[in-house]
Amino acid sequence: MNKENKFICAIATAGIFFALFFSVGAGAEKAKEKAVKGEQGEQGDRPRFLVSSPPLPESLPCSKCHNYRYTDKKKRKLELAHTNIVLKHAEEQRWCYDCHDGDKLRLASGELIGYDKSYNLCRQCHGTIFRDWKTGIHGKMTGKWNGEKLQRACITCHDPHQPRFKQLEPEKQPMKPAEIKIN
Amino acid sequence: MNVFLSAIQSVFKGSARYYAWVGFLAVLIVLGLSAYFQQLEKGLITTAMRDQVSWGFYIANFTFLVGVAAAAVLLVVPAYLYNFKPIKEIVLFGEMVAISAVTMCILFIMVDLGQPIRVWHTLPLIGKMNFPASVMAWDVIVLSGYLLINVLLVIYALYRLAVGKEYNLALILPLILLSIPWAISIHTVTAFLYNGLSSRPFWNASILAPRFLASAFCSGPAIMLIILQLIRKFSRIEMDQKAISKIAELIAYTMGINLFLLGAEIFKEFYSGSLHKAPLEYLYFGLHGNKQLVPWIWTSLALNITAFVIFLIPKTRENFLTLNIGALLIIAGVYIEKGLGLIVPGFVPDTLGEIYEYWPTRSEAVITLGIWATGALIYTLMVKFALPIYKGQAAEGNK
Amino acid sequence: MSKKVRSNPLGIRLDRRMFLKSAAAGVAASALPISPAEAFNWKAFLQKHFREMSDEEIKKVIDRLEKEASLEWKKDVHISSAKAMPNVKFGYGLDLSRCIGCRRCVYACVKENNQSRTPQVHWISVLRFKKGEKWIDLENSEKYYNPKQVPEKDFFYMPVQCQQCENPPCVKVCPTQATWKEPDGIVVVDYNWCIGCRYCMAACPYGARRFNWAKPKIPSTELNPDTHYLGNRPRYKGVVEKCTFCIQRTRAGKYPACVEACPVGARKFGNLLDPDSEIRQLIENKRVFRLKEDLNTEPKFYYFFTGWQVQ
Repeated sequence: MNKENKFICAIATAGIFFALFFSVGAGAEKAKEKAVKGEQGEQGDRPRFLVSSPPLPESLPCSKCHNYRYTDKKKRKLELAHTNIVLKHAEEQRWCYDCHDGDKLRLASGELIGYDKSYNLCRQCHGTIFRDWKTGIHGKMTGKWNGEKLQRACITCHDPHQPRFKQLEPEKQPMKPAEIKIN
Repeated sequence: MNVFLSAIQSVFKGSARYYAWVGFLAVLIVLGLSAYFQQLEKGLITTAMRDQVSWGFYIANFTFLVGVAAAAVLLVVPAYLYNFKPIKEIVLFGEMVAISAVTMCILFIMVDLGQPIRVWHTLPLIGKMNFPASVMAWDVIVLSGYLLINVLLVIYALYRLAVGKEYNLALILPLILLSIPWAISIHTVTAFLYNGLSSRPFWNASILAPRFLASAFCSGPAIMLIILQLIRKFSRIEMDQKAISKIAELIAYTMGINLFLLGAEIFKEFYSGSLHKAPLEYLYFGLHGNKQLVPWIWTSLALNITAFVIFLIPKTRENFLTLNIGALLIIAGVYIEKGLGLIVPGFVPDTLGEIYEYWPTRSEAVITLGIWATGALIYTLMVKFALPIYKGQAAEGNK
Repeated sequence: MSKKVRSNPLGIRLDRRMFLKSAAAGVAASALPISPAEAFNWKAFLQKHFREMSDEEIKKVIDRLEKEASLEWKKDVHISSAKAMPNVKFGYGLDLSRCIGCRRCVYACVKENNQSRTPQVHWISVLRFKKGEKWIDLENSEKYYNPKQVPEKDFFYMPVQCQQCENPPCVKVCPTQATWKEPDGIVVVDYNWCIGCRYCMAACPYGARRFNWAKPKIPSTELNPDTHYLGNRPRYKGVVEKCTFCIQRTRAGKYPACVEACPVGARKFGNLLDPDSEIRQLIENKRVFRLKEDLNTEPKFYYFFTGWQVQ
């Protein structure tokens, strides 16, 4: 490989590592997201810049299956479908039908909202966190601090059925001063 | 002119003992230089200093020597003013100690710098000296000034001696008068260098500057005692025993003050019992199992107290053997106390509570020895140069 | 003893013994391991202080430094000299109820800011404290925790980096003014002016500064070539460095690398002078504190809490 190619290769490698690092640092972000400017109205309850929600599961729309004449709304352990979802989120007080209603989510008032506004459901119970999130204090912030900020919807980081973060493996501890020697 | 030339000649001629001494120092210097070039090449990683303890043996020696430099002059120069004849005659040798000590101080700073060739950045006008905010800038000024004052005084004194004239007091009195507060200032400024750091509670105590001065007045005179006796022995210069006694008496008082100030510090820290007692606890008792300096500081305390008693009691003060033992004990005691015993606890525990036990590497020790040898060599050569001039004058005076 | 005496005007006698001794000394000295002298870089030696240089002089210096760095790292290194934006004062917020001690910020910083891998340099230190005991008990904190998973039960974590003080003690003590506070509040170091005396390291109450005890070593492939003169450009042995709020990113409008790396959103950053910024919001509405407030250093790094302590 001649000098020029080596050079291009080095730049490419660096560029790949650079991009990799950035996407790793982004953490829970799943796809390339674009900021959606906040709307006024809706009681001004969206942060200024919101990253659109990640792609929804393939089993949507719910009405594909949930179109029965009779629905058993008694709280029970599911055996036929959605067995991969284990609810660990106020699971004593409620279950699927307390939040889900067909292709929509249902608020306490009975109002139905789309999945794109799922944060309104979370805010019902997590009002203080919602207030922090709206101001940019809660949740990861990327983008430009003096321009287009990028925030995420709740469900981008928190699995709505098991919202508590799992533990992580920490990165390596620093070297002690006595371990730093002449190489 | 002839006197000057013969004095220069005498630097190169001497007894076998002289050559052996100079040769020994030269070997140490060459070894030190070799180790220093290694350090320049690899970086300060050859030392045991790390981010947690970022100053170590070099700065410890620097601090000790600033005290010696200050005391060497403060001890002798006032003799001019009080016309205390026994000491007045040996002022020259005191000033030469100051010159050697300050030179060593400067060398210790140079070897401690990460980028020594950039040292010109500290100068005003051509550099960007941070005066008056940085106490280190003050230290650069006072130390250079002190070196200049003493060099001028020594050159003048030797010149006048060589041509057989008395000193023109009108000419040098201003310099002599200046040298007294200037000597105090070099040690005070160095103390303030540590004192002004709110990040290091061990140093951030008002008592630090007085403690510096008190211990300098112990170690400086003790070194002078030894050096003067050596000069008297090897050159057969007349030196009034009264001068030696007076210096010894002085040491008794200053060591008393030194011990009292230490006691005051220990009371404050341990009685108040705040978290700031940690460095002192580390030093005297160990902290969380880290006890490296504990035997050293207790030894230092024992040496200081013993020396204090020796110098306090007139009998032991007058006795040649106990006098010199006392002097050596003090030098060792203060070297530990104002050397590593001052620097390391400033960094232990560090600002985030971590403990790193620093102990100098062989490279640091070799370079340090090399610098001490340089100072000793400078002093030896100066004395060898001055002696014939001094003796000539003394011979004249006796006629 | 016979002596060869050369007569000369000064009448100095130079005997053979003397001559042989001096010659021997000279030969011995030449055996000293002095490293082979490279052509001495006069331009580097005489380089002026960054703040004394005009824009043209800075450009020339940067051209030279870019060439040197590109040659050494075999990469196209770009060094910016972007000035502070007007009406900006950077502030930082750290949510202590969220930090899980995963150290992703530490290593994101290392990569972004070209910190030496050997010897290891980390600008960010994460301290671990026991819950329910002394508040910020530094003496009993642990920097070297190494569990399999974090966060650990009964512990909380607090990262510490340069606090970018408004009243910085490090700036006060530097004998050469090699470190100063920029108009946007970032405390910076001119790596070509620093003499490596480490007085600033003694003065810093937060242990934020690092020294290059040896020549910094970074794998060439991991070098970040987008650098700033006062920030993450490759440094030299014998100079001091520290967190600069990612000056190369923040002066271009981006968030620091640590803010973006944090997986739990514990880090907040912004312009303290912008009332709509999240940093202003949190300072005004959350219970914030700063480390060692009694020292009056006025850090711009605020710690706060939003919620239930993370388990």
